[in-house]
Amino acid sequence: MQGYIYPNEFELQWGLLIVLYPYITGLVAGAFILASLERVFNVKEVQPTYRLALLTALAFLLVAPLPLLGHLGHPERSYEIFLTPNRQSAMAMFGFVYAWYLTVVLLLEVWFEYRKDLVLRAQAAHGVRKWFFYSLTLGATDLSDRSLRFDDTAGRVITVIGIPSAFLLHGYVGFIFGSVKANPWWSSVLMPVVFLFSAIVSGIALVLILYLVTSLFRSRPVDMPCVDKLASFLFYAMIIDVSLEMLDFLHRLYESEESIGILSQMISSRLFLSLIVLQLVIGTLVPLVLLGTSSPALRRGGTARGSDELRRVIYLVAAVLVEIGIFSIRWNVVVGGQLFSKSLRGLTVYKVEVLGSEGIAITFALLALPLVILWGLVKVLPPWSEAQARPSH
Amino acid sequence: MRDEDRAPAAPAPLNRRQFVETALKACGAAAPLLVAVIRIPSAGGQETAGSDEAGYDAASHYYGMGIDIDKCIGCGRCVAACKAENDVPADTYHFNTWVERYVIDSQGEVTVDSPNGGMDGFPPVTSERGIRRSFFVPKICNHCANPPCVQVCPVGATFATRDGVVLIDEQYCIGCRYCIQACPYGARWFHPTKHVAGKCTLCYHRIVRGLVPACVEVCPTGARIFGEVEHPATPLARFMRMNDVQTLKPHLNTRPKVYYANLDGEVR
Repeated sequence: MQGYIYPNEFELQWGLLIVLYPYITGLVAGAFILASLERVFNVKEVQPTYRLALLTALAFLLVAPLPLLGHLGHPERSYEIFLTPNRQSAMAMFGFVYAWYLTVVLLLEVWFEYRKDLVLRAQAAHGVRKWFFYSLTLGATDLSDRSLRFDDTAGRVITVIGIPSAFLLHGYVGFIFGSVKANPWWSSVLMPVVFLFSAIVSGIALVLILYLVTSLFRSRPVDMPCVDKLASFLFYAMIIDVSLEMLDFLHRLYESEESIGILSQMISSRLFLSLIVLQLVIGTLVPLVLLGTSSPALRRGGTARGSDELRRVIYLVAAVLVEIGIFSIRWNVVVGGQLFSKSLRGLTVYKVEVLGSEGIAITFALLALPLVILWGLVKVLPPWSEAQARPSH
Repeated sequence: MRDEDRAPAAPAPLNRRQFVETALKACGAAAPLLVAVIRIPSAGGQETAGSDEAGYDAASHYYGMGIDIDKCIGCGRCVAACKAENDVPADTYHFNTWVERYVIDSQGEVTVDSPNGGMDGFPPVTSERGIRRSFFVPKICNHCANPPCVQVCPVGATFATRDGVVLIDEQYCIGCRYCIQACPYGARWFHPTKHVAGKCTLCYHRIVRGLVPACVEVCPTGARIFGEVEHPATPLARFMRMNDVQTLKPHLNTRPKVYYANLDGEVR
């Protein structure tokens, strides 16, 4: 502690679990927007990752409410958010935004996308497996051209609805912080927008990592035009993200409101490692240089530089660094917003516990859980192109 | 919409009851199952239980507090009385009310402290450069007319009563702590064993009986004035007439109902 903080501010209210929540929903929104590139914007190169991106979004969305539930003082009362939401509260909208996104967008899109595969697998299987796959088709086993075309159209329509929904899902999370007028570190109209673009960055990076790693373990060749495209998109998304953050930073600096003194103090002391080193240098500048020099993003004619092998390594390293950087962004927003006193006269500290309900161990478990779910989803709904049954369109 | 129509301190809002009742009727056969899951407010009785004292009419009151900085001597009796009266955890970082000491030295440098919330008084001031001025500032929930904590509560567990007091329903709070983040004054805290948000109630259990809040009761110098904001012939109204009063962080448009006389510009 340094300077003066209100006595009630000694305890930090939102810890590691609340850092995790916007991180995970960001991955969901980002992965979905990546999937929509192929579906709606017809970016053919990224087609091999379309299904993987969808399943990734679903797996992470299933885990997204867990850190929130774990953080509540009375998780057993959480259903009150659905029963008697306070219509004035931004947070009260969580349940509805979440339910909409899970059921109307992701589950529906996955179902339409996989219906033909499920029917074929049900026909080929026997016994319990047959019934399992049959139940997943919900009894819709019509594989006529007309019905498959309907699947495709429906998937496209849902994706179109899904893009604003993904924006809503993560923009909403940014709004939760950006609308707190009591907190000068959070209170910014740019917050939802910055959240959104950092979400897109983290989602693309995650799918890139998953695609490279799964290809390695499956001993399948990596589709280089696809990862080159992903790397280029990652680069562009990062440029927008960084620009927005710089705009926010410059705006604060130039306006120089009464909070500027304590916030500057916080950045140069408490947040130096997580903001300057991890977020800015390791998580942004280094990956930008790596991607800018190797991916086709900046190159005339769209050709990449370096051997395929080298590029794969560079992309993987860059994407992992990006994930570290985005996690640092979430940390700097959530924890940073509580490290200074609202009296603007002092700084406090946050001590992370290793074990315990909000500790590092739980955090890693919650980060690993979506990967386990994804593994299960992949078993039932293989996303690989060689298993894909969707008609080319 | 602020839930001003709610009966004061009633643990269950009316709209929820209506909602649950309608849901139950609609569910028909499934009702027994739902009853097991959903806590249903008992019918009748609760309307008035624990809130309306006989003859107390919430609609005819609108409470606030006046604080005269010049009268506060920093004894901390108010802090101790509040902790005892309201069962606030006895540690050094949960307070409904606390006292800050401002010391402004001859160079204009401001130092603020509040050891143990000021409960045990303050150590002697030491300043090598000499003191320009020094004063105590009692802090308390501002019971804002436009309370950001009430706005953000996802389930409506915290609410403003008709008589102008911001309260928390402990049976209803889910413990998300958004209200603590939304309060610009650091007036809210999280109860370590009840796992719900806590705050000043203006000693609601006392004021509905015609008593004053504990902190006001014990103040030896009369630095705190409790009373009606809108009635002209009351101590608080007189205090506001006789002094230039200010509120804290007025630019945030929370419209606080704790009014300070002789407040220094350094106080945040």
